[in-house]
Amino acid sequence: MSAGSHKTYRIPIGPVHVGLKEPVTTWLDVDGERIVKATVRPGSIHRGIEWMARERNPIQVIYLAERICGICSFTHIVAFLRAVEDAAKIEVPIRAQYIRSLVLELERVHSHILWAGVACYTFGYDSAFNLGMLLREKVMDVLEALTGNRVNYGVGTVGGVRRDLTPRAAKAVREMIQFYRREFQTFLDVVTEDPIARARMRNVGVLSQEDAVKYCALGPTARGSGLRVDLRHSSPYEAYGDLGVTPLVPQDYTGEVFGDVYDRFFVRVMEVVQSLELLEKIVDGIPEGPIAWEPKLPKVLAALKAADGIGWGIIEGPRGDDTHVVKLTRGEENVTWWKVRAPTYANAVSWPLMFQNQEIADAPLIINSIDPCISCMERILVSDARAGRSEILTRANLVERCREKTRRLMGA
Amino acid sequence: MKLTRALEILPKSLWVFHCNSGSCNGCDIEIVATITPRYDIERFGMKLVGSPRHADVLLVTGPVTKYMTERLRRIYEQVPDPKVVIVVGNCGASGDVFYKSYSLDGPVDNIIPVDVYVHGCPPRPEAIIEGAAKAVLLLEKKREELLKAGASR
Repeated sequence: MSAGSHKTYRIPIGPVHVGLKEPVTTWLDVDGERIVKATVRPGSIHRGIEWMARERNPIQVIYLAERICGICSFTHIVAFLRAVEDAAKIEVPIRAQYIRSLVLELERVHSHILWAGVACYTFGYDSAFNLGMLLREKVMDVLEALTGNRVNYGVGTVGGVRRDLTPRAAKAVREMIQFYRREFQTFLDVVTEDPIARARMRNVGVLSQEDAVKYCALGPTARGSGLRVDLRHSSPYEAYGDLGVTPLVPQDYTGEVFGDVYDRFFVRVMEVVQSLELLEKIVDGIPEGPIAWEPKLPKVLAALKAADGIGWGIIEGPRGDDTHVVKLTRGEENVTWWKVRAPTYANAVSWPLMFQNQEIADAPLIINSIDPCISCMERILVSDARAGRSEILTRANLVERCREKTRRLMGA
Repeated sequence: MKLTRALEILPKSLWVFHCNSGSCNGCDIEIVATITPRYDIERFGMKLVGSPRHADVLLVTGPVTKYMTERLRRIYEQVPDPKVVIVVGNCGASGDVFYKSYSLDGPVDNIIPVDVYVHGCPPRPEAIIEGAAKAVLLLEKKREELLKAGASR
């Protein structure tokens, strides 16, 4: 594979990866070490969730919606519930709205810390990865204290929430905020102040502001390119109208935007700090009152059976806008149809752009940078047509290449 | 052999290959939580490896979509004997919330033989550690059987 021969080779990556990642197949056309073109083939874990929902009533679909993604599970059910409530014209009590926002922000904290840790792992900074994962356990403890579960919380229901914020849980949230204010700076420093980490992320996988608009990037991916987009700011839902969220963009902190992996990293890590402020406001400002529109499920189901119409729910998840649309028909218990547009699909469209003219060693980092929960490649096949040989590169080889580049930069 | 005794002596650290066959990521992040500092199963030398050819244990999450069936079978065949298959999560064991989907070939035991089931949606890291402890015993048993049948070390 000599560079400059202007002949490209196609490297298939995936669909199976190890770690916490979903399977996805990517083909990279490479000229030497340089990536010329990238093709993405999603859909390997298509489970037909929208179709399954047609045989279930809205209360049953909540548990299905929660399992669209295990990392942003509450984001999906809040979007689904808002769609159902929109269709059935159900009003959610204010206390329930605050509790929903509380869990959404806790979820954002755990998702962003997880992502930041995995990004560090990808370029060989294992100590930062382990530090991040250790810090993350604190928010998992709080989620468990609040909802009883670590991952799929099961606290949402049509017209409200199923668990109240007890004084004990509120204390746990306050303690967590203090803990992160004390400890999170360490994580921020070890990554953002580290010259190697900076070198690995700066000017890698650049997505310009215009391209971010053109390719419909969402959430932190768009904000990393300097776009001030945040649904919590532009179309507040639940309690966010009271909280005053402003979109977090890198130019406000560093004065300039690169739209690279570093900026996306920076946006996510600073959003954890922003979420802590929001959590404090939520815990301080939560009003008294009921936590559900109607606590008796048969009554809720009867109301949903009588409802007719299409409802929308659009909220800002940890990865970007999550849109759910639901159609309910009068006299029918089940959901007529349900459409989900998760943010990763929109963000993955900009992958081919980010890949262009990058090195293969940066591929895991770029794939990871939109937070699709994919970064480990299981195996790639490099075929050299001229020599008539083919060799199997494992994911270990690929991560090794990524880490080798770090060592090269360190001058070791 | 008692479970506690097995962990005391732990004849060989398990190397694990993880295959996501359509899971929602819930189990996958709990697996990561299991290997990172709070639960730290890596202190027993157990780790996730990058290739099935290096693995003793195949860890499967997810209900197995049609696209992944063939890949899962191929991955299973690449793991050298003796091997143990652990299924993590309810959907791999029974389909769970995805039980009526048109695009599933699962649960996992429809496709490959399974030795240990870890239930939960997702299971807690403690439960995953218990599953790994059971896998150690099974692996030792399988190794002895292979040796008795005349396999070379």
